[in-house]
Amino acid sequence: MTNFDMQTGDVLLEARHVKKVYDKDGKRARGTNPPVVLDDINLRIYAGEFVALLGPSGSGKSTLLRLLAGLLRPTEGEILFKDVPQYGTNPHLSIVFQSFALFPWLTVLQNVELGLAAQEVPPTQRMRRSLAAIDTIGLDGFEDAYPKELSGGMRQRVGFARALVVEPELLFMDEPFSALDVLTAANLRKELLGLWRERKMPTRAIVMVTHNIDDAVLMADRIVVLGANPGQIRVEIAGLPLHQRESTNENYTKTVDLIYRIMTSPHVDIPTLMPQEQPHPNKHAPAKPRPYQALPHVSIGDVTGLLELVHSKGDRDDLYQLGRDLQLEVDDLLPMVDAANILGFAETQEGDLVLTEIGKRFAEAGVLEEKEIFRLQALAHATMIRHIVRDLQHELSHTLPEEHFLSELQEHFSESEAWSQLETAINWGRYAELFSYQEERGVFRLEEPETANHGAA
Amino acid sequence: MAQIFIPENVQEREQLQGGSHSPNENRSPHSEPSQRRRLGLIDLVIALVVIALISLVVVAASRWTAPLTSSIKIDLAPTALPVYAGYSLLRMLLAYLLSLIFTLVYGHVAATSRRASVVMVPLLDILQSIPILSFLPGVVLALVAAFPHSNVGLELSSVILIFTSQAWNMTFSYYHSARSVPQDLQEFSTVARLRPWQHLFKLEIPASMIGLIWNSMMSWAGGWFFLMASEQFVLGSRSFQLPGLGSYLQAAANKGNASALVLGLATLIALIILLDFFFWRPLVAWADKFKLEMNSEGDAPSSPVLNIIRRSALIAAMTTRIFRPIGASIAFLLNRMQPLPGEAHLVAAHKGQSQHTSWFSLRRIVSSVFGLLVLVLLVFGLWYMVRLLGGVSLATWGQLVLAAGATLLRTLVALLIGVVWTVPVGVMIGTSPKWSKRLQPVVQVIASIPATALFPILLVALIDLPGGLSLAAILLMLLGTQWYILFNVIAGAMSIPSDLKEASTIYHVTRWRRWRTLILPAIFPYLVTGLLTASGGAWNASIVSEYVTFNNRTVSTQGLGAAIASAGAAGNFSVLLAGTLLMAFVVVLLNRVLWKRLYDLAERRYTLS
Repeated sequence: MTNFDMQTGDVLLEARHVKKVYDKDGKRARGTNPPVVLDDINLRIYAGEFVALLGPSGSGKSTLLRLLAGLLRPTEGEILFKDVPQYGTNPHLSIVFQSFALFPWLTVLQNVELGLAAQEVPPTQRMRRSLAAIDTIGLDGFEDAYPKELSGGMRQRVGFARALVVEPELLFMDEPFSALDVLTAANLRKELLGLWRERKMPTRAIVMVTHNIDDAVLMADRIVVLGANPGQIRVEIAGLPLHQRESTNENYTKTVDLIYRIMTSPHVDIPTLMPQEQPHPNKHAPAKPRPYQALPHVSIGDVTGLLELVHSKGDRDDLYQLGRDLQLEVDDLLPMVDAANILGFAETQEGDLVLTEIGKRFAEAGVLEEKEIFRLQALAHATMIRHIVRDLQHELSHTLPEEHFLSELQEHFSESEAWSQLETAINWGRYAELFSYQEERGVFRLEEPETANHGAA
Repeated sequence: MAQIFIPENVQEREQLQGGSHSPNENRSPHSEPSQRRRLGLIDLVIALVVIALISLVVVAASRWTAPLTSSIKIDLAPTALPVYAGYSLLRMLLAYLLSLIFTLVYGHVAATSRRASVVMVPLLDILQSIPILSFLPGVVLALVAAFPHSNVGLELSSVILIFTSQAWNMTFSYYHSARSVPQDLQEFSTVARLRPWQHLFKLEIPASMIGLIWNSMMSWAGGWFFLMASEQFVLGSRSFQLPGLGSYLQAAANKGNASALVLGLATLIALIILLDFFFWRPLVAWADKFKLEMNSEGDAPSSPVLNIIRRSALIAAMTTRIFRPIGASIAFLLNRMQPLPGEAHLVAAHKGQSQHTSWFSLRRIVSSVFGLLVLVLLVFGLWYMVRLLGGVSLATWGQLVLAAGATLLRTLVALLIGVVWTVPVGVMIGTSPKWSKRLQPVVQVIASIPATALFPILLVALIDLPGGLSLAAILLMLLGTQWYILFNVIAGAMSIPSDLKEASTIYHVTRWRRWRTLILPAIFPYLVTGLLTASGGAWNASIVSEYVTFNNRTVSTQGLGAAIASAGAAGNFSVLLAGTLLMAFVVVLLNRVLWKRLYDLAERRYTLS
């Protein structure tokens, strides 16, 4: 599994049947059925290992990281550090943040020193260790700069130096490269891997959250793929041997393709996706039916564009290739695919996106016909849209306040997600001319003249 | 002096004095700066300023401990002015320090303790809407009784009165900043296991710094505005007068001494400008590094005074010799008081077991003492309130409500006049770079003159007009509050994006249509913010503008401010309390019903982002 001769194999951190229910300020969310962020998570982090947690947005991967770190407390189940239940923040780890989380009013040196502030290290030793960390991470000469004077890549280096100066047993990274441009990210990734493999840092295990498949395959010894609604572990895939981790390698492409296929088919059982020869999955969970349909937050224009592109390529295209062509991260592409799926415009088959008959018609249609097709499909397949139209028709005034729908959504989603769901429903409904929404008053109104024009229907 | 503060502990001392084998000796903060920098003229000036400040405090203190003289004779000679200005400045400084301490304690507790904030935040909202004079009788009577033989009580009451005009907006600002510290910084602070005091000093206070400084400047303006009211007041049969700039101006007006009046006013303005140059500008420039956003570069504020201080060898030496060691020993002490929970507590222990260590933490003690204090005060306050209000007849209540209506009308008219003149002028200044460059400093100086200082002059001119004070009061309110509106309108006009302006020009959207479609919507959020502040200010100003004493006679008009001021002067506490409650109620109601809704509307629809 790994290439180290240090005491590998010990379980450093373990999650047992961990469940996290959405709560606000420590209180249970309202409604009888609070949304579940993570369900039945079982995960072990071994010494000497680099683990990537990979998942689409909404799969609770950042929440899982915070649970493992002890920043959040699980609703059910427990987290064990070296076989001992863990309460409160684990003192043996540090975190590198996506947003860097640097203190703007402190210089680079002061920021790194702050990592040691809690331990009562004498000032001179504190400075010596900080300077050493700054040196290691390639920030020499920038000690007295303020974060705002640095580029994104340099800022993240400060983040790494600050995390490493405490010589943590566990290093957690929450999307460490996603705020950086491609080249900077590649450079930093390579240097970090160099430090890790040459054991220039005393860290015994690294856990990285990412939505970038390439990052995961390039870096990790084990890739944990999470699914959404509710967040669960779908499959664990062994990482590639070191010499195969190059984008030109055949196995590399296969693994990336496999993960792509898994992530783009959220409702398909894992074994049917797995190739016979390699790589062997460690475990797999059967795909669970969704409790409540979640609308992906995409604009219809993007979905239309995607469908038209696939149509121009002969109604079928490899998703991984599509992502490359459009320069979209899987996290950005997935919601569009999901939307096309929900609306019955396309299906995913073996990592390919295939247009349906309706999808083909939609891709060929002009603006007005497009709307007509979209309206019918949205009514037929999008639960929330259907509910809104149904409830509005039941009202004599054909109007309803937003609270009416918000409370329904809050039974299934967190407060902010419920809002986002409603906003997406509003966008889709407006596009379909099914209903209108007045923002100031927060009122939904059924679109009537349009339906009258189409009279017979 | 420096040696005293170096810790006893040998090991610590060695580290502090730089006896290390650090490979980066040249970077050590403890190396001797006096070898690199020479003491110069600047350092002499700084030393003299410090000495002057210390002697000012000593002189003032001698007055404080002198036998009680409740009403001092004001000397109108110009030579007396610097001393009076010094007294007033010292009072303001003390009140500001008090406000700062209050802000940190109250704001911190309200922001960190969910349970306490339920009570503390609405309470702050109410406190904010209580006019300064309503605090007067209680504060003065209690403190004068506590120090019957010296001036301490009287001086303290003046300080506390100023405090009540300074503290609330600072506290609100701190509370909001402390609540909105970025999530990732909070998480880092938890993972890095910063102790509570470290969290406070390294994260919470720095993150709140900019808002706190801007609100401090506003608070000082508020303090100057009520300077006259807090240096000279009548309570029942007793009248109190403290030596100070406010009393000087009042005395000059009473005697009709125009030259003394002008001189006093000039001193006040000079004092405000000097403070701005030597204190606020450097502070704002220094605080620029506390900006949370990383990317907006823009023009960083700068201050020549700050540059001089930064270059001063004396200050540098003081920093390494005195301040750093003090800081290190305080940190050492605080670390002892808030030990990190041990390994056993973090990992294995059950949740219940770790309680007895955290019980001893500083924050726990502060919050529980504070909570108890609030509770006791609340119970006593309610009890006295009920007893006092029992003495207010229904007829009096009716009169008070009528008076509130009159004051409401006045504040609305004042705001309306304010909007009518500030919107065109503000938009003109804000949209033209040429004008804003020329007029901005002038407007700032004019706005910094506390309107109350002008009252005596204005009253002479206005009192004989038809309508008398009932109309003049509107003008006085306007003088105190129009600047909030003007500054916001200027800021709003400056924020109109140039592409929108260009688009309007291309599509020939001109004159009134341009105002309706572009300018007014764009400045709307700013206008509402300005009006919100101005409305509160106008209500608070009503107590000094509806009831005025000059030339030894009292002029008043129908209004809630007058009712409160006269009840205070007559020592009629039940009416004072009733009027205060009514005013607090009206102001809070107005904020909730009118301003907050407008504000939400502005945020939702008219925010350019």
